[in-house]
Amino acid sequence: MSSLLAMFLAGTSTERLVHLRPVDLAIIVIYFGLVLGIGFYLKRFAKTGEDFFLAGREMTAWVAGLAFVSANLGSLELLGWAGNAYQYGIMAAHWYWVGAIPAMVFLGLVMMPFYYISKTHSVPGYLKLRYGSEASALSAITFAFMTILMSGVNMYAMAVVMEVVLGWNLHFSIIVSSLTVGVYVAAGGLFSAIFNEVLQFFLIWFGALLIPILGMIETGGWSGMVARIQQNFPGQDFTHMWGPMSSPTANPMGVQWIAIVFGLGATLSMGYWTTDFLVVQRVLSAKDVRSAKLAPIIGSFFKMAVPLIVILPGLLGRAVLPFHLVPGNQAQPGQFKYDDVLPLMLARYCGPGLMGLGITALIAGFMAGMAGNVSAFATVWTYDIYRPYLRKTESDAHYVSMGRWCTIIGLIVSIGTAYLVTRSKSMMDYVQALFGFFIAPLFGTVVIGMLWKRVTRMGGFIGLLAGVLSSIGIFVAMKLDQHWVSVFCFSPLAQPLAQAMWQALWSGVICVGVSVLVTLATKPIPDENLRGLVYALTDISREQNATIFQKPAFWGAVALAIFVVLQIIFW
Amino acid sequence: MSEKHHIIPVWFFVGILLFIYGVLIFVSGLVEFSHPPDTVLTNLHAPVWWGALLVVLGGVYCLMFRPGKN
Repeated sequence: MSSLLAMFLAGTSTERLVHLRPVDLAIIVIYFGLVLGIGFYLKRFAKTGEDFFLAGREMTAWVAGLAFVSANLGSLELLGWAGNAYQYGIMAAHWYWVGAIPAMVFLGLVMMPFYYISKTHSVPGYLKLRYGSEASALSAITFAFMTILMSGVNMYAMAVVMEVVLGWNLHFSIIVSSLTVGVYVAAGGLFSAIFNEVLQFFLIWFGALLIPILGMIETGGWSGMVARIQQNFPGQDFTHMWGPMSSPTANPMGVQWIAIVFGLGATLSMGYWTTDFLVVQRVLSAKDVRSAKLAPIIGSFFKMAVPLIVILPGLLGRAVLPFHLVPGNQAQPGQFKYDDVLPLMLARYCGPGLMGLGITALIAGFMAGMAGNVSAFATVWTYDIYRPYLRKTESDAHYVSMGRWCTIIGLIVSIGTAYLVTRSKSMMDYVQALFGFFIAPLFGTVVIGMLWKRVTRMGGFIGLLAGVLSSIGIFVAMKLDQHWVSVFCFSPLAQPLAQAMWQALWSGVICVGVSVLVTLATKPIPDENLRGLVYALTDISREQNATIFQKPAFWGAVALAIFVVLQIIFW
Repeated sequence: MSEKHHIIPVWFFVGILLFIYGVLIFVSGLVEFSHPPDTVLTNLHAPVWWGALLVVLGGVYCLMFRPGKN
């Protein structure tokens, strides 16, 4: 402990964006104490596999919904998207609206019943039931591998942010955060992860909401902010979402509306929100089918509001900061990067106490991200790799024990990854890109399997493989030769975010196309093997006796209506 | 949330955290009257009303979801 303290003190003398007072440190210490206490408290309840890996399947729609949306509200996302909002303007909100809301409603109303009724523990588990072991193994192994790498990236990112923002030592942040996450997830499993995500949700909102409130007061409201941005950056449009989408030359992202609607809205976001097990696992913990359907829809309302605390601070940065931020790879000593906009705005408005709350929210976001990754890793490893392929007939207690050990081992591997990233910074970009290779094809495979009973075992597997390989191929081609950007994105101006949308769209289309072709050439699966797994052969509860306000479909329609109104307001 | 296990609701822990943070932030806000920080809009005394809001919300959550209350 004394050496940890020494490392911490050694780091405190470096340059930093903000300074913490004793009250801020007290707020941070109280947070660590509470999450560790909750972890020890929940340990007694995480005894069976269903308890440890699925939080006993007894969460209400509200808890599952908040955990679902919080799993994606990590600090990496907050800092990154606030930076993107500074760079690209309100167009960055596409990732929170068209890039999330339709997919969340689709997950709740269309896909969740199949995941829930099939009683699977995971997305690879559903693939095993629907397609057999080939597609499931491919999905499980790649997911487990990438999840643990992402946990390491999260750990490294937290350490860097703490070093830059607070001047804390890199090793101190990595060790303290991983020890805390390891203790509370190994103790309480998904119970602990979900409890911490709900705490994080409140911390992030109460820690960040003052920035837009005070920012709007300072600028005199929305019109005052727009006027200041136009004064500071004449001739550039940062406050319209769809207007500048008519041509790639009309917006700083180099993207057309078709890529936003079909690449981001219909493929990339559908893949992330409906098949990334990290988020789907939260909904699987719901206590019944209606709660499982409602949870993502509840989450969608909060997701729609997130731009208030992420996008608006980025825009306010354009309006009120007395200096211009620059891209990360061009920052000179004394200059600030786009991604620094959120801490800078925090420092602008928040004094002692409020600053501690804001920083605790960031720490909670990072730790919840790590906890989410390791709990999802432990589940997929134990249920989709270890049990089917290594030890088939062990007791439930054995698998729970394996889950606890996986949590610890997963964190150790994550620490190794974090240190690897410190040696090779570009690795961080590649690990994040890795996730993109699988998301769109996996969505194609899962959704076609749910909606079309004819899809065969080989159709699903070969389609998934073709989608993943084409995604990797397109990514590599565009990185090696700029000429391919024009080919795949229909514009040489497409920036990395736009390239990712087109890459997802192409790989999703290839995945579904290959699945259909292989299916038509292979023998169908008998109907009796598909009951409860596909639309045509599943009896889904329609909540006949529920009032309209109890029906998930009603709230899904309300969410979509608000989503459309927001698009019109910020057109 | 916890019929099967009788777990203390997560909302109670949320309440505890908000209440404690509210008290700390409120007191910091009072101190700022004599020692204003180097931030903008200090005249609005945001920590005072934000801290008070957290105390009220945290208190309500603690009362509504306290252990033993059905």
